[in-house]
Amino acid sequence: MNRTIFILLFPLLVNSLLAKEIVVCTTCEVTNIQEAINRANAHDAIIIKAGTYLENNITIDKPLVIKGEQGAIVDGQSKDGIFLVAADSVTISGLTINNVGRSHTKDNAGIKTLNVRHFLFENNTFNNPFFAFHIQKSKRGVIRDNIIHGNAIDEFDSGNGIHMWHCSNIEVLDNKVDHMRDGIYFEFVKHSKVEGNESRFNIRYGLHFMFSNNDEYTHNLFENNGAGVAVMFSKYIFMKNNTFRLNWGSASYGLLLKEIYDAEIKHNTFEKNTIGISADGSTRVNVEENDFINNGWAIKFLGACYSNKFLRNNFVSNSFGIAYKGTLNSNIFDKNFWSEYVGYDLNHDGTGDVPFRPVKLFSYVVNKTPETIVLLRSLFVDIINFSEKVSPIFTPDALKDEHPSMKRIAW
Amino acid sequence: MLKILKYSFFDLMRSRWSYIYFFFYLILGYVLFFLNNDVSKAVITLLNIIIVLTPLIGTIFGVMYYYSSREFTELLLSQPLKRSTIFIGQYLGVALSLSLSLVIGLGIPFVAYGVMRSGAIWDFTSLLVTGSFLTFIFVALAYNIALSFNDKIKGFGFAILMWLFMAVVYDGIIMLLMMKYQDYPLDKFALGAMMFNPIDLSRVLILLKLDISALLGYTGAVFQQFFGTSMGMVISMAVLSLWVLIPVWRIRRVAGKKDF
Repeated sequence: MNRTIFILLFPLLVNSLLAKEIVVCTTCEVTNIQEAINRANAHDAIIIKAGTYLENNITIDKPLVIKGEQGAIVDGQSKDGIFLVAADSVTISGLTINNVGRSHTKDNAGIKTLNVRHFLFENNTFNNPFFAFHIQKSKRGVIRDNIIHGNAIDEFDSGNGIHMWHCSNIEVLDNKVDHMRDGIYFEFVKHSKVEGNESRFNIRYGLHFMFSNNDEYTHNLFENNGAGVAVMFSKYIFMKNNTFRLNWGSASYGLLLKEIYDAEIKHNTFEKNTIGISADGSTRVNVEENDFINNGWAIKFLGACYSNKFLRNNFVSNSFGIAYKGTLNSNIFDKNFWSEYVGYDLNHDGTGDVPFRPVKLFSYVVNKTPETIVLLRSLFVDIINFSEKVSPIFTPDALKDEHPSMKRIAW
Repeated sequence: MLKILKYSFFDLMRSRWSYIYFFFYLILGYVLFFLNNDVSKAVITLLNIIIVLTPLIGTIFGVMYYYSSREFTELLLSQPLKRSTIFIGQYLGVALSLSLSLVIGLGIPFVAYGVMRSGAIWDFTSLLVTGSFLTFIFVALAYNIALSFNDKIKGFGFAILMWLFMAVVYDGIIMLLMMKYQDYPLDKFALGAMMFNPIDLSRVLILLKLDISALLGYTGAVFQQFFGTSMGMVISMAVLSLWVLIPVWRIRRVAGKKDF
């Protein structure tokens, strides 16, 4: 049995043993990456030694492993794209890729793929890329441990850190992206995973989903972005254990849900965002066991939200709590912890005996007439909030948490 | 004038009420820090207290001092002294002693808990500055009212009404107006309305200093510009100064003509 397996696998083994290594360095026989690729056979390895290589449009048209040693820098001199991957099973690792050319007509990228499978891009560093990764119509790839530093200033002439279009089964793991337009951008991407990334100081979104279904993103950090994460026109998205922090600006939010169906939002932390979650047309979204701490608004409903569930979340010191427009539409708030809750618990079962109404009157007023926000923290506002709490007239009567938790929920 | 200022000042400094006022702030500051050690959070809590309390205390003290020192004032008036000297001196004495109670009363716990080392020093300073401004404004307004009414009860009632109007009713009217005319562009009106009430103005001024101001900028470009740049700071400060100067000018005018 063992022998047959060996015989069957032998050709493969030999093949891999036969793979040769081509070394590129400034004083070697091969001084140019493109030349090395042209010389290589499929499944060869190309080792790039320390040095700066001024190259553009390096086309990889066969399965290769391209490995940069410490100090290997490929510089595009802001002229054009750098790597174009046009073959399956390509690995690019350990390179520093600098200065991709900006363009208004072409999507120049540090590494661009078109129609390929089984790629692995890891441990690369990008400085000043227009796009760092531009992955088109590709499948089953891994993008891992890359560091991307952009210098985006305006939305219209900057690119995304990791940009994907029409892809499936891609894993984006442990990358660090800052100062790009969108940190990570998904458009028509299916069955993919975004995990352990840090997306900071991006001028638009930390992570941006468009028309992408069945994806999950977990354990990511989104900090100081124009807005944290936008999930638009997508179904079956799982969002777990992410941190949305300091997305704090005049029109900023931690998480934007727009036309979302059947999503799961669990164990996330929303801290110090102007709006924690801004929901516009979301249906059957389960928001469970999240922390909303020190946000302007914890959750803002803009309309057309149906059958969403908010269970066992912690709402702590948010200036406005929840903003709500229109009728209740079978959205449910239950068993959450509210730091403003002043009810009592006579039977000591951990659940407050009077329901909590999370929409304050002032929040309702501001929602209707935004300019009244100048009255924030005025004594009058405190008085009307109090009287509304005692006997609700304006705020939706049915919007309440019947079983508010007395203690902060541990998850 | 300095002599009268000094007299009024020390007269008040010796009085029980100044001490109570001083100890109230002292204890308040300590309790706030005892409950949460976070300086910037304490500043926010203090904001709520200061914008309500300093005007109230200023108003009551101003009216009370005017009526209770009335006989002494009449005595002074018989001396060869300028009227403006007498009244401005008294006014400054009251306002200064109240501000001093505020600044020292709150200053001691803050210094003790290390505000100097924390980043909240500027928030705290602006809190004290606006608190003092409010004291000066409301003592001046109270003096204006007291000068206009010889009847003690009437003057007192009007002063309290004025405080109630500024602290609560004004905001209510503004809110109702804004809700009624919500179809119109309101941002300039909203900012303008804040300028006509010193309590609102000080609240805005302190909010500007806190990161909560980003929430205010949410509404539109005019707010963004006002709350996001130093323009808001400069304008608010200038208007607050006007709020001191105009009532003081009226004290001089009315006191100069009044028949005692």
